[in-house]
Amino acid sequence: MKKFAWFLTLILALSLILSACGAPAATTEAPAATEAPGSGPFRVAVVMPSAINDLAFSQSMYDSLLRVQEEMGAENFEFVYSEGMFVVDDAAAAIRDYASQGYNLVIAHGSQYGSSLQEIAPDFPETSFAWGTTVDTFGEPNIFAYEAASQEGGFVNGVMAATLSQSNVIGVVGPIETGDAKLYVDGFKAGVLSVKPDATVNVNYIGSFSDVALASEAATTHISAGADVLTGTAQMVVGAIGKAEENDVLWFGTQSNQTSLAPSVVVASQVYHWEGILNEMITLIKSGTLGGQSFKADLANGGEVIEFNPDSTVLENAQTLAETTIEGLKDGSITITLP
Amino acid sequence: MISDLFSVTVLIGILASGIRLATPYLYAAIGETFGQRSGVLNLGVEGQMLLGAFAAFYVAFTTGNLWLGVLTAMTVGALMGLAMAYVTVNLNAEQGISGIGFFLFGLGMSDLLFQKMLGTVETVKGFPEIYIPGLSDIPGIGEIFFSQNLLVYGAYLLVPIAWFVLNKTTLGLKIRSVGENPDAADSLGVSVARIRYFTIILGGTLSGIAGASLSIALLNVFQQNLTSGLGFIAVALVYFGAWRPVGVLAGALLFSMINSLQLWIQVLGINIPSDIAVMMPYVLTILVLVATVSRVRAPSALTKPFEREN
Repeated sequence: MKKFAWFLTLILALSLILSACGAPAATTEAPAATEAPGSGPFRVAVVMPSAINDLAFSQSMYDSLLRVQEEMGAENFEFVYSEGMFVVDDAAAAIRDYASQGYNLVIAHGSQYGSSLQEIAPDFPETSFAWGTTVDTFGEPNIFAYEAASQEGGFVNGVMAATLSQSNVIGVVGPIETGDAKLYVDGFKAGVLSVKPDATVNVNYIGSFSDVALASEAATTHISAGADVLTGTAQMVVGAIGKAEENDVLWFGTQSNQTSLAPSVVVASQVYHWEGILNEMITLIKSGTLGGQSFKADLANGGEVIEFNPDSTVLENAQTLAETTIEGLKDGSITITLP
Repeated sequence: MISDLFSVTVLIGILASGIRLATPYLYAAIGETFGQRSGVLNLGVEGQMLLGAFAAFYVAFTTGNLWLGVLTAMTVGALMGLAMAYVTVNLNAEQGISGIGFFLFGLGMSDLLFQKMLGTVETVKGFPEIYIPGLSDIPGIGEIFFSQNLLVYGAYLLVPIAWFVLNKTTLGLKIRSVGENPDAADSLGVSVARIRYFTIILGGTLSGIAGASLSIALLNVFQQNLTSGLGFIAVALVYFGAWRPVGVLAGALLFSMINSLQLWIQVLGINIPSDIAVMMPYVLTILVLVATVSRVRAPSALTKPFEREN
């Protein structure tokens, strides 16, 4: 019995260590020099629900941080991250750890982290926190909030989808009917109907952000139902993109640029560029404002960019209309009515 | 709108996707059935599937050889099974806990390897749907049964084979006796350890194929936590199927068919909230489980380590 207990402990410890270095908590360039703010580099820590290479939500933040770093220079801007923090308790622990290590800004990149942040932030009045996607700063002086007007890119994608569809049946694979995903899907639908009021938009929420197999089957279902253009949001859509490519059905992406996954069928992706908002936060923090404001990424402020796939063979039929739509949304001549 | 559900296209769609969705469950759950019939509960199936899925994907991605991918997945699964067998048979560890340990190992390890060896989500050309002259052309039937990929057929072929091995061979008799009464089996000269090693390694091998069926046949991608709980559902299906291959088949098909039904319900715009729709497979599975499972008994020695009395 003793031997077994000993071995069990060993196995558990080993597996925990391995899962720890696999899923969450991978750290990049972080010489942990604690210097007074203002003198050393600006230090950011971010906690993300999925992997930095998910081609979706988490990757959009990681890529934006890289762009900020490129702009400011590695000697002036450092960041570390914990990825795969789908367990909110683990994320909360990581947020607290980062805060106590004296980072200038700790970002909780997921709306599920809100209540943890509300508890942690008051304990670290010198540290600035940010979370999204939301508008709620909880009235705390050291919490920023950020969100994306994902209905705008959804609308543009929808306009293109409607133009390119020949069957006039378009399928949407969504995760859970809430937040950013719902905004995107509703905007997409509105975009399709603005071009073709009699088109059919079939929406399927699969109830999960991670079930790749079900997302893939949802795409197959859309295709059997006659869809010749598909879109979808969240990190499990990689399964659906695969099916789109196999069946030669067009795909519109969102959150990150998904062209690399299926260059033959991806037409365009709405990509989140958080760097504008990050820069604003950094400027505010340096001048002593640690929070209390909320930001919105949209087409007009460059927080959302429609990235076309230059190799798409059908793009030319929709690009001009897409560009006019983008301009219209930017100057306010086009407004989106959400249900 | 409800009447749309009964159109031919929809029915064919539901059946064809149900059959596809059931594939990974079948491999994993049939493998688990062998283990449990010999008295070993392996909760590490999900971890074995994840490592199998990554191994198959990586090999197929780098070499372009799908069969080599399947073979690697089988080997990785078998090695995971070997480790599980050592821990539960030789060291008499608590099966549930060590299974969870192996699950966490597989989850972390597959993600670590994915990050280090691939770095980003890639696609691979997986097993194609095969065309059987004649059969594939039958309207409806052809689309449902005869236009799937090879690993799908393999999963269904496994069911009668598993039934035959368990019920009609000496090996099956030994497996069952080790699971029911290891002391008696031992006194008759059956090596409890050897039988359990065999079933756990077989289970791991099949879980490896289950993972490969996702990453290089059905989805053709690999992503962190690709299986997202499939392996645990497979373990539940073994209980659901009352430790019989045919029961497992029934459970896997029921669960998958209802899942594809709910996909269609949403696509057809039938006015049910999506949250209710996605709950359907789970709720119905629990209801059937409650209604049927109380009548069947688990293998008596399930989860009990065997220690010979001297």
